[in-house]
Amino acid sequence: MKPFRLLLTLAWALAALCMLPAARAEMTIEIVGGGTNRHPIAVAAFQDEASRVGGNLTPIVRSDLDMTGFFRQISPSAVPMAPADPASPPLPAWQAAGAQSLALGRVEDAGNGQVRISFRLFDTAQRKQLTGGTFTVPVAQTRDVAHTIADMIYQALTGHRGLFNTRIAYVLKSGREYLLQVSDVDGARPQTILRSREPIISPSWSPDGRRLAYVSFESRKPVVWVQDLATGQRRAVANFKGSNSAPAWSPDGTRLAVVLTTSGNSQVYVIDAAGGQARRVTRSDAIDTEPTWTPDGNTLLFVSDRSGTPQIYSAPAGGGEARRLTWEGSYNVSPKVSPDGRSFTYVRREGGRFRVIVQDFGSSDSRTISDAAYNERPSFAPNGRMVLYASDEGGRSVLYAANPDGSSRVRLAVINGDVQDPAWGPFNQP
Amino acid sequence: MNWKHVLVSTATVTLLAACASKQAPAPVTGSTGMDGQASTVTPGTAGQNTVDPLRDPNSPLSQRSVFFDFDSSVVKGDGQTVVNNHSAYLKSNSQRKVTIQGNTDVRGSREYNLGLGQRRAESVKRAMQVLGVPESQLEAVSFGKEKPRATGNTEADHAQNRRADIAYDGE
Repeated sequence: MKPFRLLLTLAWALAALCMLPAARAEMTIEIVGGGTNRHPIAVAAFQDEASRVGGNLTPIVRSDLDMTGFFRQISPSAVPMAPADPASPPLPAWQAAGAQSLALGRVEDAGNGQVRISFRLFDTAQRKQLTGGTFTVPVAQTRDVAHTIADMIYQALTGHRGLFNTRIAYVLKSGREYLLQVSDVDGARPQTILRSREPIISPSWSPDGRRLAYVSFESRKPVVWVQDLATGQRRAVANFKGSNSAPAWSPDGTRLAVVLTTSGNSQVYVIDAAGGQARRVTRSDAIDTEPTWTPDGNTLLFVSDRSGTPQIYSAPAGGGEARRLTWEGSYNVSPKVSPDGRSFTYVRREGGRFRVIVQDFGSSDSRTISDAAYNERPSFAPNGRMVLYASDEGGRSVLYAANPDGSSRVRLAVINGDVQDPAWGPFNQP
Repeated sequence: MNWKHVLVSTATVTLLAACASKQAPAPVTGSTGMDGQASTVTPGTAGQNTVDPLRDPNSPLSQRSVFFDFDSSVVKGDGQTVVNNHSAYLKSNSQRKVTIQGNTDVRGSREYNLGLGQRRAESVKRAMQVLGVPESQLEAVSFGKEKPRATGNTEADHAQNRRADIAYDGE
């Protein structure tokens, strides 16, 4: 496959209003790979968006769609006329220009500082509307509407639930500070959840999207905290003697798998999400760490070097015999299970490269989905159609979202800092 | 089990609060970091003219680091001497406690490196226990690859980071 490159630089004027200087997040979305089977779509500029919402609509819809690696965008200039009526665009002309689908819409003044945004998605060959909608919102919520429109287009054309209204968490290293942040999936609208002079690692989303568990070194040792995103209230839920780390929420949101060292080595335990007694899950004299749950909550995957090298194992969440899942390579770490429970992603060291791998359960078949030499901490998007991970580029860390079949990758570069330990949040977000 | 809940009141960051309706102010941690706190209380030396050996740069106790070979948590050679000196001090100063902080070089999984650093810290802790230091004076923790002393990528840098540090409480 010939590498295919498209560079779209988007300056987020809206986002800039709401950011700390250190957390500036102008995004560069770069699509790498893919190209052969991508769906050709044209997203025409929304009528009157420049005057009514500062042009902050069409570029967001387009970059959302780009992020999936599923689409090839046909330049709207291919059909050089602004359709006067979004209800009846010249579909044959768009079809001739190569667009299989056409999205277009308009922005109207709804009074009281509100706008009415309407859009339609057409199949140019069948000459019919596939989906559409109208949203009346304050101007400040234009970005939410843009994400919703991208979700509707994505769902109509792929059959999969869109995830542009979900959020990601990550740690931004900025100077001597560590900022735990939550942002839109494209990195826009970053919100700082916690700032510290000491390291913060391993953020993990609660299934309801309301809380983050993470590891903070603020007390000069690793301690697991849970923080409510709406109120900012936080509580140390695992602060045992020794190190406390690697939190992972159970799918029902009631418990956390964590790693404690009270036995004299790193072992996997389960605690109540509010804290309390710890129940030991793994029993080895090795390092057992990075637990993660299968979607049914019955099984934990984790990393153990009980064989002499770190490999990925599964074990019943209630404790019991562990089964080794990785046999290729001498360093397999950081597992996460896909939302459908059929595959898992992890990092494998191979000849000095740290690759992101996706492997199906029940087979040892695996594929590499990353390209850079050094990658960390993959996690699945909640619809299972993308894997988010951190990549080293020229000595700093950037985020990538890759298709789990390895066919495409998109770089999400946050300017002004190293982005570490990304985690894709759930669909259910307040 | 030595368990406690810690509820931390949140600091106010008005800049953020002004930004997003759903967003609470971001808490700011109160850590002083490794280089803070110059006015440390030093028990056991009040009224004496003797210099606290922990603060004497010429004391063998000024050596606080135990270094390890690649992929190893075995305390060796110079490291054993460091362990011996601090073990003797801890046995005759039973009110003092230390945290042993394990570190690793900078490549690979953060959490697995935390485990590797823990293994090094536990190795130093066990060596001290073998010499008779009570467990109640010792805590082994890990910084993994998060606080490297050397940030370069040479073998000398990596060797600097394969390390456990002995930190006295109150320092």
